[in-house]
Amino acid sequence: MRLYALLLASASFFLVPGVQAKELAPDELVKSVTEEVLEVIRKDKDIKAGSTQRVIDLVEKKVLPHFNFQRMTALAVGRDWRQASPAQQQALTDEFRDLLVRTYSNALTAYKNETVEYRPFRMQPGDTDVTVRTQIHQPGARQPISLDYSLEKQPQGWKVYDVVVAGVSLVTNYRSSFGNEIRNGGIDGLIKTLKAKNSSLEASTRK
Amino acid sequence: MRSTLFIKISRLALATVAAGVLGGCATSGNPKDPIEGFNRAMFGFNEGLDKVIIKPVATGYEAVLPSPIQTGVANFFSNIADLMIGVNNLLQGKPAQAASDAGRVLVNTTVGFLGLIDVASSMGMEKHEEDVGQTFGRWGMSDGAYVVLPFFGPRTARDTLGLVFDVYTDPVAHVDHIPTRNVLLTTRLISDRAELLKADKIIEEAALDKYSYVRDAYLQRRRSLIHDGNPPKFDPYSESGDSKTAGQGEGAASAQVAARN
Repeated sequence: MRLYALLLASASFFLVPGVQAKELAPDELVKSVTEEVLEVIRKDKDIKAGSTQRVIDLVEKKVLPHFNFQRMTALAVGRDWRQASPAQQQALTDEFRDLLVRTYSNALTAYKNETVEYRPFRMQPGDTDVTVRTQIHQPGARQPISLDYSLEKQPQGWKVYDVVVAGVSLVTNYRSSFGNEIRNGGIDGLIKTLKAKNSSLEASTRK
Repeated sequence: MRSTLFIKISRLALATVAAGVLGGCATSGNPKDPIEGFNRAMFGFNEGLDKVIIKPVATGYEAVLPSPIQTGVANFFSNIADLMIGVNNLLQGKPAQAASDAGRVLVNTTVGFLGLIDVASSMGMEKHEEDVGQTFGRWGMSDGAYVVLPFFGPRTARDTLGLVFDVYTDPVAHVDHIPTRNVLLTTRLISDRAELLKADKIIEEAALDKYSYVRDAYLQRRRSLIHDGNPPKFDPYSESGDSKTAGQGEGAASAQVAARN
């Protein structure tokens, strides 16, 4: 059951790196975007009152540009990704992005004075794939929760392609349920399931 | 005096594993989960139990008690647990961590008023998470099949064996005065559950299939714990089905994506 707590905490910090300055090193990116988003969340009255839509807007504006959702989706789908047509890949990517954004924006509304510790970061000059490690400290909690970002270097700067919370990859954790959907209804079946999931989440956000 | 309740529960757990293994049951082909049909049934049972009894009580506990008291209760049990965490760190050949765990118990039991206040953490003595299942993993025992136990929830075959030792060495289960022991065990259960209430919604929202989401998170988490947070990086991405095929598919997929970007 401890897992639930970890996943929750993870969720509360689906904030990440990027910003316009593509010259920043990956660890600096993670730090600057995290701090920027936390700053807004600490102050915004609507978010404090639990407005999920407000958080979704914030995440879309500040965080999403720094994620490579296509790579994330390919990792989540696994080997079946190759079977998908470019249009299907696009549809999968759009739906998966929506699911992640919705789920974790919702979680962010539960923010309560957690602080982020940035672990020492080393990289070689030629590295194109790195992990930035952070730890979330919750007031009153006995143990911090690790939150690691995998980033790859792209022409447009460093992009996050995985988020690992307390050792659990939020991306590959979907792999077996995606695989089941594909076995039962093909790629289109998975797209349909994701769409249905997103609309039910959207409906509950509106309430 | 022996803790008969826990012996009973451990026996039940073992019987469940046996029943699951013998039962065979339906699978959807995940090699880590050969008794998926049984596991899903047990997962449903645990969810039902939680919904009807444990969660409502935990919700009441959280609503009624001021949060400093809840923290105190959680700290109290955390302090007791640090004892065996230290022993496990020693068994895993990590004497420095074990010494730190012992130091935590010493400081928190005295300065921290019988563990109610976690003074040690604020002194920089980090809380660890260890158990016998991890110790076995550290010794090289492979994890075996995934199994959902009644009451205890997700485990692997190895962690089920570890759990038996954890339960036998649980200081709370060895309290001689039975009514006191039962109150302690119940309070600990409710306190643990209350800390997870907020997470329920997230899981419901994130998961397409809660059963497999929880299973895969458990397996990834255990793997990470055994390596103290630094598991070999490649593995999580080659977990599905035949690892060779998956690996190749992955490479191709990433290459494709990279090419497009």
